[in-house]
Amino acid sequence: MSLTESEYDALTKRYSQNSKPWINVPKAFLIGGGICALGQGLIEGYTRLGLPADLASGACSMTLVVLSALCTGLGIYDQIARHAGAGTLVPITGFANAMVSPALEFKSEGLILGTGAKMFAIAGPVLVYGISASVLYGLIRFLFGQA
Amino acid sequence: MELIEALLRAFFVGGLICAVGQLLIDYTPLTPARILVSFVVLGVVLGGIGIYQPLLDFAGAGASVPLTGFGALLAKGVRDAMAEQGAIGILTGGLTASAGGITTAITAALLVALLCRSRDKA
Repeated sequence: MSLTESEYDALTKRYSQNSKPWINVPKAFLIGGGICALGQGLIEGYTRLGLPADLASGACSMTLVVLSALCTGLGIYDQIARHAGAGTLVPITGFANAMVSPALEFKSEGLILGTGAKMFAIAGPVLVYGISASVLYGLIRFLFGQA
Repeated sequence: MELIEALLRAFFVGGLICAVGQLLIDYTPLTPARILVSFVVLGVVLGGIGIYQPLLDFAGAGASVPLTGFGALLAKGVRDAMAEQGAIGILTGGLTASAGGITTAITAALLVALLCRSRDKA
């Protein structure tokens, strides 16, 4: 699993280049905020098409994931990420990018153990700990009789 | 006018959450993968104790698009499923609520990997 290590390194390097906080933080704010504003525009649009609020929010996330996957495939997302740092990492587009990027990069190792396995190099831990935390939350609710 | 206000609220809140992530990258040894995991778990906690919902009501996509929103969605899924199905909801709620986003990401990642050519990241 040394590849995971080097993937981490590559990602770390990609997101922490030019470490100048006074310029990095505003850039992350502007680009991250811009992605969220785009998402809000999508929510408004889907609401106008008649979707209820929670479905509009879900459709917004799915649209952003598809856009991020396309931009990653075309090599655009990584170019933006070079400047935006956390601005492109923290939104759901960054989660999609973290799946698409290794899925594409490790295609050379095969569709099963390359693409299929490596797409979860970073998304996997996010799902493992996110879902586990939600189960723990459910257990706590259950113990306190709020089921 | 209402539309522009909603866009601005999403922009500022979403931007601030990303700025926090950038501060963590610049000032702590946290790697991006750890930041993603931390944000999702933080979202579950904030969603669980009820702090995140007001932020969602205020900022819309500004709170739902960052990964903290994904965490809050997992917590909300568990809460809703428990209200409907009881204890089984502890195990079904999280993935049920987030199925759309996760399935879209998996399918999109596979399609892009099949259709696009890998490029060097020099």
